[in-house]
Amino acid sequence: MRALMPYLPDFWRDSVEERGITSLGSISYPPNAPISARPDFRGAGPEAATTVGELQAQIFDRWGMSFAICNCLYGVQLVLNEDMARAFTCALNDWIAREWLDREERLRASIIVPLQNVEFAVDEIERWAKDPRFVQVLVLAMGEVPLGRRHFWPIYAAAERHGLPLGIHAGSAYRHPVTSLGWPTYYVEDYAAQTQGFQSQVASLICEGVLTKHPGLKVVLIESGVTWVPAFLWRMSKFWRGLRTEIPWIDRSPSEIFRDHFRLTLQPFDAPDSRDIVRRLIDHLGSDELLLFSSDYPHWQFDGDSFLPAGIPVDLVRKIMVDNPHATYFERRRTCSPGR
Amino acid sequence: MNIELRQPVRAQTAQSKNRLEIVDVDIHPKNTLEDFRPYLSNRWWDYLQTYGRRSRHGFVDGYPFPKMTPIACRRDAWPPGGGGPGSDLGFMQEQHLDHYGIDFGVLNPLAPSGQGDQNAGLSAALAFAANECQLERWALRDKRLKASVVVPYEDAEASVQEIRRRAGDRNFVQVLMLSRTAEALGRKRYWPVYEAAVEAGLPIGIHAFGYSGWAMTNGGWPSFYIEEVTEHATSAQAVVTSMVMEGLFERYRDLKVVMIECGFGWLPALGWRLDKLWRKMRDEVPHVTRPPSEYIREHFYVSTQPMEEAEDPSHVLDAMRWIGFDRILFASDYPHWDFDDPVVAIPPALTEEQRRMIFAGNARTVYRLD
Repeated sequence: MRALMPYLPDFWRDSVEERGITSLGSISYPPNAPISARPDFRGAGPEAATTVGELQAQIFDRWGMSFAICNCLYGVQLVLNEDMARAFTCALNDWIAREWLDREERLRASIIVPLQNVEFAVDEIERWAKDPRFVQVLVLAMGEVPLGRRHFWPIYAAAERHGLPLGIHAGSAYRHPVTSLGWPTYYVEDYAAQTQGFQSQVASLICEGVLTKHPGLKVVLIESGVTWVPAFLWRMSKFWRGLRTEIPWIDRSPSEIFRDHFRLTLQPFDAPDSRDIVRRLIDHLGSDELLLFSSDYPHWQFDGDSFLPAGIPVDLVRKIMVDNPHATYFERRRTCSPGR
Repeated sequence: MNIELRQPVRAQTAQSKNRLEIVDVDIHPKNTLEDFRPYLSNRWWDYLQTYGRRSRHGFVDGYPFPKMTPIACRRDAWPPGGGGPGSDLGFMQEQHLDHYGIDFGVLNPLAPSGQGDQNAGLSAALAFAANECQLERWALRDKRLKASVVVPYEDAEASVQEIRRRAGDRNFVQVLMLSRTAEALGRKRYWPVYEAAVEAGLPIGIHAFGYSGWAMTNGGWPSFYIEEVTEHATSAQAVVTSMVMEGLFERYRDLKVVMIECGFGWLPALGWRLDKLWRKMRDEVPHVTRPPSEYIREHFYVSTQPMEEAEDPSHVLDAMRWIGFDRILFASDYPHWDFDDPVVAIPPALTEEQRRMIFAGNARTVYRLD
C-alpha cells in the first residue's frame, strides 16, 4: 500500500490514511505459503521478487532471458467500489511502469484492468496501449460473472484492436466460493480449484462467441495448469456436437477454437514424473503452438533450473521458449501498433 | 450420444455364445409425486400441494437451464401407453433391458427425490418415498433392477436413518448422493452418511446434478445448458478434492465412491495436480498421509457415460489406463438424451478382458451383485 501511495489521486490517498486501508493483499497467495515463493527466491522476510535487482539476479542473469512479462498480483480485483477499484488499478499500472519497466528494459508487463466497470477497463487499456512495453490485458480466473458474458465485449474489442492478448491469471475476486460447492476448508483446495475456474472461463469465452466475434483475439491461460486441457476439450467438443443448436454461432468444434485462440503458460504443468506420460500428454494437446514458457517466478512450481518437465520433446523446446511467446505477444502487437 | 435410436443394431440375444454380460450402473426410473403419495404422510402431501418443492434455484417447475429435449430424454423413450420416459417398467424392459440383454441395472432416481430441497423435513420424506417406490414399482418387479438408497444428504441424521432402514436389504446396492451439494462432500457434516454406508456395506454413488445454492462455476453463473453439462466435471473435481483433502479415506478405509455421469477424462490430471500440491503443502493437511492420487486410485470408481471421445481414440485409452481398467463401470444413462448404447459406445480397441471388467466385472465387485 505504501508503494502505491505516490500514484494515487489525493482523494484516495486521504482515504487510505483516514479509513485505515492497510492492504489489498488477496488470500489467493498467502505470503508464507510454500507455493507463493520458492525458498531460494525469498529474501529475509516472506516477500519475494520485491526489487528489480532480485529479478535481474534470479531470472535474467540465471536463465539468460531476453524478455520477461510481469503479471502483478495485488487484490485490486477484489475491491467492490468501482471508483476505488479504478483508482487502485490505475495506480498499480503506473507503479509497474515507473518502478519496474523504466528500470529494466527487458521487462514487459500486463495491463491490469478493473472489471468492476467495463468503461473503466477499456479506458485503462487505451491509457497504456501506446506503450509497447505493455503486452497483455490481465484478468483473474474467477470473477463476478463468467468472462464470455457480453457486457465485457468492449474490453475484448479494445484488446483485439491493439494486438493485446487477454491474459487470464490464477486468482479469484472472491465474489463466489472457489468451488461450485461452497467454501473449502484448506488453502490447498483453493489453489487446486484454480483449474476449475479456467475450465469454466474457456467454456464461457467459447460458448458466448467471444472468439467468433473477435477472430484476432488470443487468450493466454496463466498459471492454469496444463494437463487438464485435453480431457476438458473432449468433453466440451462432444457436448457441442450434441447441443450445438443452443449456440448456433459456434460453427466449429471447441477443440479447434481452443487451438486457434488459446495459449497456456508452461508452469505449473501438473504431470507426474514420467517421461512417457508427459510425451503422451503433449500428443493429447494436439498442437505445438499452445505452450508458452513461464517460470511463474517467484512461485514454487519447480526446483533448481528444471523448468521444462522431463519428457518434453526436444523439437518443442524452441517453440515453447521463443517462437510461441513471440507470436503471441510481440508479432501481433507490432502489426497493431505501427511505428512504435 | 443418441437422441433417438432409429435402427437399434446388433442387439445381442440371450442365447448368443460368448455373450457379454452387461451391468448398467445408471438407469433413471421416473416416479411422480402421485406415485409417492401412498408413502407420504398427510402433512407432507398437504405441504406439497400448498408450498411445493423448493429447490436451491428459483424455478417452481423446470430448471435454471432448459434441457435440449423435454426433461432431457430420448425422444423415442416416451412409453406408448403414456407417462414419462422411464416411468413404465414394461417399456423399459422392452426398449432397454431385454433389447440389450442387460443383466443388472442400478436405479438412480432423480427429481422428484427431494434431494437438496431447502426444507430438510420434506427432503427426508421424499427420499423415503423415492426408496419405497423403487422397491414397489421396480426392484421387486424385476430382479435385474437394483435400487439406490436416496438420502436427504443435507441432513446427515435423517440420511443415516434412511440408510439404516435399508441396510441388509440386498435390493439396495448403493447410497445415492448428488454432486452439487451445499458444501463439498468431504466436509465433516456429511461424514455420518459415510459411516452409515460403510456399516451397511454399501458404496456411495455420486450422480452429477443437484443444486448447491452456489453459482454453478466459481466465477459465477454461465448462460447455457451446454455450459451446465460441461461444468459437471468441474463440480466433480471439487468433490474428489474435498473428499481427499479432508482426510475422509483415512477415517473410512473401506469407503468406495462411484462417480456417476461425471465423465472421467479429468481424473488423472486432477490426481497429478493434487499430488504436486500435497508434496509442497502437506503441513496444512497432516491427516492426508499419502499422495492424493493413491486415495483416488483406491477409493474412486467412475462410470463411462457420457463416454469420453477424443479426435484420436488412443488418447481416451490413455486416460482409461491411467485411471485403471478395474475402476471403470459401464453406464447407459437410459432414458436420457445423451444415452450411451452399449453396442457402440465403448472403445472397440479394448481387450476382451478389459471389456468384461468394464461391462460387468467391476460393477459386480463394487456393488456385490450375485
